[in-house]
Amino acid sequence: MIEIHNLHKKFNNSPVLKGLSLNIDRGQTCVIIGRSGCGKSVLLKHIVGLLRPEQGKVMVDGKEVAALDELELDALRSKISMVFQGGALFDSMNVTENVGFSLIEHTRIGRQELLERVEEALGLVGLGGIGSLMPSELSGGMKKRVALARAICIRPEIILYDEPTTGIDPIAADSINGLIRSLHDKLKVTSIVVTHDMKSAYHIADKIAMMYKGRIIMEGAPREFRESKDPVVHQFIHGIAKGPITEAVDNFK
Amino acid sequence: MFTLFFVDLGRKVLSLMHFVGGLTNLAVQTVYLTFKPPYKTERIIEQAKKAGYDSFPIVSLVALFIGFIFALQTAYFMQRIGSELYIASMVALSIVRELGPVITALIVAGRVGASNTAELGSMQVTEQIDALETLAANPVKYLVVPRFVALGAMLPVLTLYANIIGILGSYFICTIKLGITSSMYMHVTFSSLLYKDLFTGLFKSWIFGMLIALISCYEGFNVEGGAAGVGRATTRSVVFTFIMIIAADCFFTALFYFIFP
Repeated sequence: MIEIHNLHKKFNNSPVLKGLSLNIDRGQTCVIIGRSGCGKSVLLKHIVGLLRPEQGKVMVDGKEVAALDELELDALRSKISMVFQGGALFDSMNVTENVGFSLIEHTRIGRQELLERVEEALGLVGLGGIGSLMPSELSGGMKKRVALARAICIRPEIILYDEPTTGIDPIAADSINGLIRSLHDKLKVTSIVVTHDMKSAYHIADKIAMMYKGRIIMEGAPREFRESKDPVVHQFIHGIAKGPITEAVDNFK
Repeated sequence: MFTLFFVDLGRKVLSLMHFVGGLTNLAVQTVYLTFKPPYKTERIIEQAKKAGYDSFPIVSLVALFIGFIFALQTAYFMQRIGSELYIASMVALSIVRELGPVITALIVAGRVGASNTAELGSMQVTEQIDALETLAANPVKYLVVPRFVALGAMLPVLTLYANIIGILGSYFICTIKLGITSSMYMHVTFSSLLYKDLFTGLFKSWIFGMLIALISCYEGFNVEGGAAGVGRATTRSVVFTFIMIIAADCFFTALFYFIFP
């Protein structure tokens, strides 16, 4: 369903993605792990067409994202939702307007139905009845859950999560993990989750892919990662300060 | 030393070309999307209120003071040559053709342009503009077009209002302080003004309104580096807008001078 072939991307002449390839099947939850700044969010932005690759291609449902015209891209985006790291809620709108944004902009839905759909999405993330609040009145965890409600309100086929559990308390993080899992089980939503929270990764993933130096160096089931003898993977998943990942940085110092 | 000078100069030229290219690209997209349905009238009205209606108090105050000052400064010279009566025509022509449009545009650039850049810049650093795109809403259509239309429509209205208040300020000084009668002041003012004076002033203010919207939104979209970046972009936006207003004013004043001599 999502095929990424030999993706290259540079920022200010510094390569971030260096020939990354990855396939994600329909209905699968794929967790992408890797150090901060290794290009995980950049990869998500290529899938949703926010960035264009310098080389290689991203195919969604057999169509190359970078080759789509404006209308085709809008059609694709009506099937894909993205949950941003900081929530990216619109400051000038209340929670109802944020969650129902796509329905207000792209459909002729009535007020009553809109409120029902928004309340249903908010209920799923455990935040029913807060529709009239402004984003500035919400805590960090609540913002992430409202962003998740905004993503599921359009009933997408694919959801991209950019660090959905970073910076929130363990209980809220567990409820978000549970929600990602239940969307997968009940609605067969395809999910790509970028995180460095290994507890989350093991909890929600069908498949884990690890990014290192602009490429995927290993992909497989959570069990394969736990049992991996690869020194880079081992250092990352066990959070060890000394090892091959940090060696290059230490040598530089 | 010389090498560094040329490297720095080259960077500045490239940066200027990047700005001009980016601004032109945004302007073309904005004009195209302005005429492409659907039309978001409620967002245009919201922006018109922020840019126009909310600017009336500060425009009133500044225009009134400009009227006072201009009348007094003109009187200083006119009294020496015994032509106090012509203060009214000089003030009317200067305000309607030049001071009204430029001063109003500079006030709006400082008040509304800076606010646009800061708002869009904050949206950029918090990924709200990316979020708009992923929700299949074109950021130019959603954020720039309402500001472009609202500022283009409201700046001539504000300018017309500033012209009236400025002339009124001068009227108070001339009738109360300089002893010119009310009817004489009004007669000289209206007899010296032609339709083309009003038209050229309002046309310039329409151009200034669109420039303020485009530059402030362009700078907001191109913010990099968090809160400090928003601050830098806001300063740059106000400075560039001021320069562009004065440059456009110079260009159109010369153009109208030769077209409508």
